[in-house]
Amino acid sequence: MSDTAGRQPGLSVLDRPNSYIGRAVPRPNIARLTQGRGRYASDISLPRMVHVAFVRSPYAHARIVRIDKTAASGLPGVVAIVTGAELAAVMTPWVGVLSHLKGLKSAPQHAIAVERACWQGEAVAAVVARSRAEAEDAAELVAVDYEELEPVVSVEAALAPGARAIHPELGDNIAFERVLDAGEVDRAFAEADSVVETTFAFGRHTGVTLEPRAIVADWNPGEARLTVYQGTQAPHMMQNIIARHLALEESQVRVICGDVGGSFGIKVHVYADEMATVALAKLLKRPVKYVPDRVESFVSDIHARDHCVKARAAVKRDGTITAFEIDDETGIGPYSMYPRTSGIEANQVVNLVGGPYRTPNYRARARVVFQNKNVMCQYRGVGHPVACSVTEGLVDMAARAIGMDPFEIRRRNVIPDDAHPSVSAAGLKFEALSHQAALAKLHAMMDYDARRREQAALREKGVYRGIGLATFIEVTNPSAAFYGVGGARISSQDGAALRLDATGALVCQISVTEQGQGTEAVIAQVVATAFGVPIERVRVITGDTDVTPYGGGTWASRGAGIGGEAALQAGKALRENVLKVAGTILQAQPAALDIRDGLVVDRDTGRERIGLEEIARIAYFRPDTLPSDFQPELMVVRHYVPRKYPFAFTNGVNACWLEVDVETGFVKLLKYWIVEDCGTIINPQLVDEQIRGGVVQGLGPALMEHCIYDERGQLLNGNMADYLVPMAAEMPDIEVGHVVSPTLESELGAKGAGEAGTAGAAAAVANAVNDALSPFGVAISAIPITPEIVLRALGRL
Amino acid sequence: MTKPIAISLAVNGEPVEALVRPRQHLADFLRDTLGLTGTHIGCEHGVCGACSVRLDGDVVRGCLVLAVQADGAQVETIEGASDSGELASLQHAFAARNALQCGYCTPGMLLNAAELLARNPSPSRDDIRQHLSGNYCRCTGYQAIVDAVEAAARAGAGGAP
Repeated sequence: MSDTAGRQPGLSVLDRPNSYIGRAVPRPNIARLTQGRGRYASDISLPRMVHVAFVRSPYAHARIVRIDKTAASGLPGVVAIVTGAELAAVMTPWVGVLSHLKGLKSAPQHAIAVERACWQGEAVAAVVARSRAEAEDAAELVAVDYEELEPVVSVEAALAPGARAIHPELGDNIAFERVLDAGEVDRAFAEADSVVETTFAFGRHTGVTLEPRAIVADWNPGEARLTVYQGTQAPHMMQNIIARHLALEESQVRVICGDVGGSFGIKVHVYADEMATVALAKLLKRPVKYVPDRVESFVSDIHARDHCVKARAAVKRDGTITAFEIDDETGIGPYSMYPRTSGIEANQVVNLVGGPYRTPNYRARARVVFQNKNVMCQYRGVGHPVACSVTEGLVDMAARAIGMDPFEIRRRNVIPDDAHPSVSAAGLKFEALSHQAALAKLHAMMDYDARRREQAALREKGVYRGIGLATFIEVTNPSAAFYGVGGARISSQDGAALRLDATGALVCQISVTEQGQGTEAVIAQVVATAFGVPIERVRVITGDTDVTPYGGGTWASRGAGIGGEAALQAGKALRENVLKVAGTILQAQPAALDIRDGLVVDRDTGRERIGLEEIARIAYFRPDTLPSDFQPELMVVRHYVPRKYPFAFTNGVNACWLEVDVETGFVKLLKYWIVEDCGTIINPQLVDEQIRGGVVQGLGPALMEHCIYDERGQLLNGNMADYLVPMAAEMPDIEVGHVVSPTLESELGAKGAGEAGTAGAAAAVANAVNDALSPFGVAISAIPITPEIVLRALGRL
Repeated sequence: MTKPIAISLAVNGEPVEALVRPRQHLADFLRDTLGLTGTHIGCEHGVCGACSVRLDGDVVRGCLVLAVQADGAQVETIEGASDSGELASLQHAFAARNALQCGYCTPGMLLNAAELLARNPSPSRDDIRQHLSGNYCRCTGYQAIVDAVEAAARAGAGGAP
């Protein structure tokens, strides 16, 4: 463990009197949400507002021959029916590429399809009406003549020699390819005592945010300004993109993000139908609302993790894993998403495989291909669940091949805690990781040896339980290396503006956003601690491009680590400014004073000198009583971005305990443990709940979540009755433990925690199922592990 | 068949008279006509539980009941059950345990949890998980919700309504 390693002795800003760092204080916005008094984008209603419904292609690939609006336009309530070609007159298309993903290519995508639909569910026309119901009625009567084209559905078909290119101008269906070769891979395999090899298949799945995507766009021609109420993770990114494609100045676009009913990466992308909605508002000069229904969400929210990875590992008899090699193929739909691109997930897989281990020899190839399915892009965990399942699956296979305990083989191969800073075979830079401490902690938490005894005893009775382990590393606190260097106008820095109001309370406007993870609570804790007030005296405002400083928003586990540091520095700076005012009033040296618990006190004795309200009163209402050459500055702005490391990697290890019913194939999750290290823990309750929620979001795809397509590119289970998500009755209790290795890049020391749980959950489940089934000599390497998959593996179906 | 029909009902104790289209479901009526946006819409096919409301005392899915079916009924939404103070103990437990993140499932969870505690004042964790198994939450992973309901039960939240 490295709790305080490298820190200066003495009190840090985190240890100030009445510090809120490390305390489970309740979120300031939580009572409102328990009373149904949230304000989500789907709740917004404006005067003269109309609703849009989209006519969506029933074919995975089709030429749009003719669109006849006649019957639909006659229906009551219809305001406008707009085709892709008509909308293209007000909105330019986009291409989802970034220059740092070398060779990544994609085709121009329009807000509404022009000439050709490339996936089942792509919008081909918009119907605007007084109510959503009327818009849907009319959408049914829009007559579209399609000429069905041959769809390219599977990745194999997309890559087959002579395959028809979905976008002929691109030449082929390969959007992006990356190869990596580190160390001496061939030699390591030649000298291995054992080589393990399999193909891992990952079912495409999606986010299923409980509130669908939602947007209300309001163009006011009188002031030539567009106000967009949107459930989004990145308001400034959206402001930039909406302005760019409507040929407006950024200053003409305001994006407001209130409460958001779940995001998980689903709401950080630019969706064609939402862009169409803002364009329609501009075209019609009135507010337009769009909230997809659930069936639309399944064919239009991004999907993720459609990967197939051929993989092998080389291992020595003593347990040393000497090489990993992978070949990843992934299908991303017909377009690379904008602006983050659909090359990132495969790129992450290449980066992350083998990441927790000191294995020096690593070869990887990833191919990202176009296909006629819904678009695929970054979703909670981006690449981590794939990389982790491949790595940890191979590690378990290697352990079995040489007859070693899965805990032991991990102990022998993880990068030692004292080896940092270090660089992985893939070139990732690690500032400080704690694999050994995490493994030791997990071993004790789950009472590993007792579980093994229990497992052996139950096996005698025909009960098949399994233990699955999965170590992981997680990308958090991304610098400009993630998107900015590739040319995307996605900010990696964030800003906090902090002011003392006239009653001595604080208002913090910050560019990171709240989707329920507790951003506002964490920022309030940091500000209250750094400045020195009770947390009730801090109000945090997020999610409005007219109000907050410029910044990236919340994604890639960055809110606490980056936004938190900006807030910390703002709190410190405002404290200094307020003490200057106090020093002037009291005729004392500011350095001899401090602010504690909302009062200015003598730094040494803690004796109360003056209240904040009195300072604010004098500064705002009686500045005439201050020296004429002294100007109080009671508002400060501070920004932060990591610069030394491209990412602050975190680490952890999962353990899953489950039972497989070998008669029915059902898997019952019994218990789950996870130890993670996100550096400084600002609010332990919020961190634990991020971890738990993340784990369950990984358990779903491990066991049930799957977007099932047929060979014509039709999604067969696009509704909540057929697409299964984790519900309360099937999910286990999850015990969370921590190791704390703060990042020394920031004073706060916080790394991200939002995606850690999702990274290794599927790997832990698959390893546990295979452990349970080991007496049968079968192994499963495809998720979701449905009863059918289990029974087929057992040869019972 | 599609012409508006007059209904008269009580919503959160207040009399309401309205003309509704026969096809409009209760959740849309509450949200769009009455502005009671605490009733959320997640799937509109009866799976997710976000639109749970009380109809004559029973928790129902607002998307599976037509507004016309509520004619003559007593409807209670999260707003009413909050303002009456009846959910206070559960709401406090949810807040203290951080049993919600985005909050979108929370109104439905609370109404269903209250129904459970009214029937069974000291449910087991399994009972709680089973009773809430028709309410989808993507954020929490459910454990915090189970903990909160358990805590509210211990604090004596049962007996309501």
